[in-house]
Amino acid sequence: MSNLSEKLQGLKASGRKGLVVYLTAGYPDYKATLETALAMEEEGADVIEIGIPFSDPIADGPVIQKAATLALKAGATTTKSIELIKEIRKASTIPLVVMTYVNSILGYGMEKFITSFAQAGINGIIVPDLPLEESGLLEDLCKEQGIDLIQLIAPTSTKDRIDRIAKKAEGFLYCVSNTGVTGGQHANYEQIGSVIESARQVADIPMAIGFGIGTPEGALAAARYADAVIVGSAILEKLAHEGIDGVRGLVRAICVQLDKESGRYEDSSKSR
Amino acid sequence: MPDKHGRFGNFGGQFVPETVMPALLELEESYARLKNDEAFKEELSFYLREYAGRPTKLYFAKNLTEHYGRGRIYLKREDLLHTGAHKINNAIGQAILARRMGKKKIVAETGAGQHGVACATVAALFGLECRVYMGKEDIERQSLNVFRMRLLGTEVFPVTSGTGTLKDATSEAIRYWVTNVGDTHYIIGSVVGPHPYPMIVRDFQKVIGEEVKEQIMNLNIEKLKYIVACVGGGSNAMGIFYSFRNDKDIIKIGVEAAGKGVTTTEHAASLTKGRPGVLHGAFSYLLQDDDGQIIEPYSISAGLDYPGVGPEHSFFKDSGKVEYKAVTDEEALEAFKRLARIEGIIPALESSHALAYLEEIMPKTQVDESVIICLSGRGDKDVDMAVKVMGGL
Ligand SMILES: Cc1ncc(COP(=O)(O)O)c(C=O)c1O
Repeated sequence: MSNLSEKLQGLKASGRKGLVVYLTAGYPDYKATLETALAMEEEGADVIEIGIPFSDPIADGPVIQKAATLALKAGATTTKSIELIKEIRKASTIPLVVMTYVNSILGYGMEKFITSFAQAGINGIIVPDLPLEESGLLEDLCKEQGIDLIQLIAPTSTKDRIDRIAKKAEGFLYCVSNTGVTGGQHANYEQIGSVIESARQVADIPMAIGFGIGTPEGALAAARYADAVIVGSAILEKLAHEGIDGVRGLVRAICVQLDKESGRYEDSSKSR
Repeated sequence: MPDKHGRFGNFGGQFVPETVMPALLELEESYARLKNDEAFKEELSFYLREYAGRPTKLYFAKNLTEHYGRGRIYLKREDLLHTGAHKINNAIGQAILARRMGKKKIVAETGAGQHGVACATVAALFGLECRVYMGKEDIERQSLNVFRMRLLGTEVFPVTSGTGTLKDATSEAIRYWVTNVGDTHYIIGSVVGPHPYPMIVRDFQKVIGEEVKEQIMNLNIEKLKYIVACVGGGSNAMGIFYSFRNDKDIIKIGVEAAGKGVTTTEHAASLTKGRPGVLHGAFSYLLQDDDGQIIEPYSISAGLDYPGVGPEHSFFKDSGKVEYKAVTDEEALEAFKRLARIEGIIPALESSHALAYLEEIMPKTQVDESVIICLSGRGDKDVDMAVKVMGGL
């Protein structure tokens, strides 16, 4: 088992729901990304996902698109993002996952990209435009480098696809809450909930719901169906409008709600 | 044909979010079933013939031929189709496909507005609800087409991300499709995107070349040396080249937009200057930097202003089946004016790129050799732009 799934499985065993948080590398600058990542760990986040800014992110809604555009304008590069991972790794052992579009990998050079990020200290990689049909592209390389290639399922996934994807899943299974792009709202978690139930029949792997989860209440609602929740756009918005302290507040509030769901902790923010 | 993973050699594929994979598989399956269905084929050919105006003429451009003083120049008159460009071939095919798949809504992107107008037209014809994404910049430079779409009852959504051109409109159309995949069919406008789109659009456009093949016989054209077409995403070029792809004696030339020159940073010559990568779901030649960030393209012609190209063209390039060249804004504008003055035909700025390449090949053409240009569309939509840059004529 990878240390990514180990961490999430450990939480599951203790009855706690995990929190995966997302930041765009280099937004608004690399120093802020580093500080915010570490601050979120302090507030109770369990896994940190770092998005590599891409010029044409088709799976992302307006908030993450804008963060990527601004990061690139401010000079973000893949090399600098690798440095960022090293910096976070110096200060923390928290599981780190990189989220990147396939052309960022190909453009930089597939082998160079995967080995550099693996050596910098990531534990997993999410490639939203690399479905089951194409995932052969990276499988061997990720295995060789000891990082999890995280698979995604969606409300539209058919039974047969859920089975095949879940069987391949490593680290955790990324369960997309709604048909749409990141940051959308009004997720109907029941739909993905039943997809998750199917996936559980096939694979004993932590399930994380993402897309459109932005509030403690939303996190709580989603957590009923999964082992962890993923929060992205809402964190970037907090960062933009209220700075790191705003992000701390949001992460803490979400953790409190999630721990209520587990019903075991009085003062959750301290026990995490 | 692409292989079962939708590859043309190394190119193509399905680099899309899981959310739309089931829809792509459904499309692939429905299309495989329908393309050999007699009723489907009959309906398609009915609308192409009776509504769009096929077959289009292969016109001997006598004056233009005399201008160059050698060879014989023929124009494949896609500009005479209903709505004014080859884009209607694909729009009709895909609208019929959408209806037979039970989808009542369509979404499309557009650059020059010709594909948007074609979709708006078939939406009106077949009672479908249509929305079109169009870059803000393109909305300005192709305002006539925006008005046409609105008149036809289509909602046009301006896209401001990136440079506000075709690439950004395509990303936005895909995002909408991802969100509404249950009841919406995405009509992509060129031989680009994830499998099966490049194959489907090619199949709906290859009628151009099939007609040409017949017309060559009827017109007794004996020494056909060149077929030339402009390449944005590459649908009109694929349409005319496809029937001749294995004809080694005929030189096929795809002409990309060199904008201000391929040695500058302002061009849209993906095959000439790009390297393979993934954009909008397919692996193909692409304008990108060392980090794989897409480089914003530039062309005076909105329909060619795209940083990628269809994967089958990438395959044709690498296998040498087709040659790809590029001409500048200035050369295209000269050709635009030339055809208007000499033949009384105002071509689209896109098609003017193909016409401009005559300057290069006519000196190498013998008296008895023929050249066919795909006149992909008419230039009414470009008149404002042309007046602006040519300074009132
Ligand atoms: C008249 C005309 N020709 C050519 C093109 C370029 O597209 P493609 O390369 O797919 O034929 C366009 C696109 O808008 C067009 O309107």
